[in-house]
Amino acid sequence: MIMADEVGNTKKKLAGMGEDVLKTLDKEGNPSIDIPLRTLSNVVFDKATKQLTLGNKSAKRYFFNVAHSKKFMQTMMVGGFCKSLLDEGIHASIRDMYYNLKRTLADSNENTFDEQGESDPLIVDIEVALDTLREHLHLTTDRKGIVAGDVVIEDRGDEINWGKLGSGGWSIPSTVDEITFKSVNAQFVLVVEKNAGFERLHEDKFWQKYKCILIGTGGQPSRGTRLLIQRLNREYKLPVYVFADSDSYGFYIYSVIKSGSISLAHVSDRIATPEARFIGLTVSDIYNYDLKKAIIKTKEVDIKRAKELLQYEWFNKNPRWVKEINLMIEKGVKAEIEALSHRGLKFMSEEYLPDKLKKKDFID
Amino acid sequence: MAAMQKEISISEFFEKNRHLLGFDNPTKALLMAVKEAVDNSLDACEESEILPDIAVKMKDLGEDKFLVTVQDNGPGIMREQVPRIFGKLLYGSKFHRLRQSRGQQGIGISAVALYSQLTTGTPTKIWTRTDADKKTTYVELNIDTMKNEPKVVKEDYLDESPLKEHGTAVAIEMSGRYRKTQGVDDYLKQTSIANPFAKITYTAPDGVKTVFPRSVNELAKPPREMKPHPYGIEFGILQRMLANTKSRNVATFIANDFSSTGAQSAKEICSKAKIDTQSAPSSLDRTQIEKLLKAMQEAKLQRPPLDCLSPIGGKELEKSLKKEFPGAEFVVAVQREPTVYRGNPFGIEVGIAYGGDMKADEQIQIMRFANRVPLLYQAGAGATMEAVKEIEWKRYGLQQSGTNVPVGPMILVVHMASSWVPFVSESKEAIAPYPDIVKEMKLAIQDAGRQLSRYISGKRKEGDQKRRLQIFERYSVEVATALHILTGKDEKSILGKLKGIIENKNRLKEASEKAGDAAEEPKGAPAGEGE
Repeated sequence: MIMADEVGNTKKKLAGMGEDVLKTLDKEGNPSIDIPLRTLSNVVFDKATKQLTLGNKSAKRYFFNVAHSKKFMQTMMVGGFCKSLLDEGIHASIRDMYYNLKRTLADSNENTFDEQGESDPLIVDIEVALDTLREHLHLTTDRKGIVAGDVVIEDRGDEINWGKLGSGGWSIPSTVDEITFKSVNAQFVLVVEKNAGFERLHEDKFWQKYKCILIGTGGQPSRGTRLLIQRLNREYKLPVYVFADSDSYGFYIYSVIKSGSISLAHVSDRIATPEARFIGLTVSDIYNYDLKKAIIKTKEVDIKRAKELLQYEWFNKNPRWVKEINLMIEKGVKAEIEALSHRGLKFMSEEYLPDKLKKKDFID
Repeated sequence: MAAMQKEISISEFFEKNRHLLGFDNPTKALLMAVKEAVDNSLDACEESEILPDIAVKMKDLGEDKFLVTVQDNGPGIMREQVPRIFGKLLYGSKFHRLRQSRGQQGIGISAVALYSQLTTGTPTKIWTRTDADKKTTYVELNIDTMKNEPKVVKEDYLDESPLKEHGTAVAIEMSGRYRKTQGVDDYLKQTSIANPFAKITYTAPDGVKTVFPRSVNELAKPPREMKPHPYGIEFGILQRMLANTKSRNVATFIANDFSSTGAQSAKEICSKAKIDTQSAPSSLDRTQIEKLLKAMQEAKLQRPPLDCLSPIGGKELEKSLKKEFPGAEFVVAVQREPTVYRGNPFGIEVGIAYGGDMKADEQIQIMRFANRVPLLYQAGAGATMEAVKEIEWKRYGLQQSGTNVPVGPMILVVHMASSWVPFVSESKEAIAPYPDIVKEMKLAIQDAGRQLSRYISGKRKEGDQKRRLQIFERYSVEVATALHILTGKDEKSILGKLKGIIENKNRLKEASEKAGDAAEEPKGAPAGEGE
């Protein structure tokens, strides 16, 4: 939950950005904002924390530079907008922000913003520059990700039981840091890459049988989902197992949950869960669980992406990952988690996952 | 057969072929009258080292008839000379010598008198006075077209006259049509540009008076006479020179009557032409003259002296353009060192007036001059146009499609000074495009063009700087609002501060350039990752 002092702290950071500009203006100088670079070249894998972090390369964005000037103005506008949100104690979606800031500049036919694609990256710029979080800036995104389990939380004054939401589960908001856990009754967290997989396990009451919290990410996990996973791991010491497709994209989703992503390397320590393990589906599983009839042949892009994964330190330092990825390249096969239904609809919840859990067959 | 043939007088010839001399239409005829009279006045003043003060007046007499009066402050003309100057074609001091002058053949003013006589039947009136304490000579004359002889109709010596001290005035009544462009107005304006030391007062048919003042108060260095250079002569000229020379034999004729020749080269030429050095010049027959001409032109000789030229001068041309086009933003003039074509010295000068109130979306205006005389007709022909079209104008910041005349707010002045300007036709309206001449013109135009492009690119930079500042100004308002929200400081004072810095242009430019060098805009993250 965001503490009152976190709000004050963020306000201070935003005000500081403005004060720095004013100081430069007093000296008749060229005001600038220092923004750390968010390119692969400036992303470092920290072996100690097993997380992606930003290096120290940064770029200055100047006002009195034709190439920067508009972005400088836009950045200030976004900063100002967030400051108003914090001042008034309200939230806004990033789309709200775009519409709120979009207007035509005086004596011209030029707009402050022409599309949301211009304002979204500036939020990240401010996060990075001020070492804060979008969540702390009171900006929200669409809900993405579902959770079910024997957990009671409080969200804006309402108590919600994740186990009593019928077929749906609870939609994970972007402001996960504002919820409070009332009771958490689980032994591990199972993160499922696909909503279909989540539905299957939810219907089969897997979370009840195995005392776990079931999270469906629906593809790449949102920041809210990643933060939720981290909180459950950190605050309740719950092991986290990631269940994703046996292909390059599934493996990368796992690594994003565990180590952070290249594009959001600056928030890795705040939302990544280094203790997460990969439970499946591995390439070896295809052979161990007799799924050969359910495989998909890899395409050129799959192989290319697989080779990229082998370049990433956070994969190639682990012989098991190297083995799995090489096996995929060598055999030219991949498989979705739904492939387990080849062995029967309940094979996933009644045989495969229990077996993997029992054997502790996880990849780090 | 022989009995059927009869001599045709020059005047009679002219009567039937007036277009050859530029009198092909009424508008041009009027221009020719002014032009010939003014050219003569300027030449006369220059020869006597008098700063010219010329008054031109045109009066509409109705029924397409005009009275043209041109008055100068020149040296005046001796009474005996008057009839021949104004009443006999091909009389003149200019044809038989080589020196830069405006008129060349001596057809000019007498042709105007003849035209006047042919179209109105009135005699040409001349006032001339050689000194303040002498009376003014007044003469009215006609031309006997059969005999090519002047006929004085009336003469008088006046105490009272329009001439204050010395000078000449001529009044001619003639058929004509007045037009504002490509006529007398343009001619006088351009004459003033090429003769910055002349003051010209012009009274148009509608009574409006225009004064073209001097832009310099010193006469140009008078051109020196030169003997013809062997490379530049033609058969007819050589034939005539042989007939008229005072030299006793061919060797001395070659050595004395030409420039850049001496006893040694005369001997060589004679031996090559297989002509006895001692033969009398008048004794050579046609074949011998041809051989002599060939030998002369093949001989190795030095170039002719170049001091017979009287260019306008780079500085003078610049001053002149600034005076005539006070609205122009940029004026430049280039003067090339004189050089030689076919034995004739010549020098090219080019002037450019750019920008200001001139139209940017039209073809540039080209003003062509030969020996300070504006060439108004046959604009598409001749050396100048050839040079203009061979140049890649885009390089100099102007628009040009293909090899057309470029488009832009510009006036281009091209002047050729020469002891002998080769014209495309007798009406002297376009300079013959000899390769040497075109080349010199191109080099001069390119030189001026480079200076222009430096100016234009400087101006563009200035424009860029202006646009840059406008951008900052546009963004300042939102920046000030945001800073106000962020810091709580007064929005107006923040905006004032921003605008203050923007107004401080120089500092700003530095800051921006420094920033541009040092900074790299932060780049986004690789695509493909969901939020």
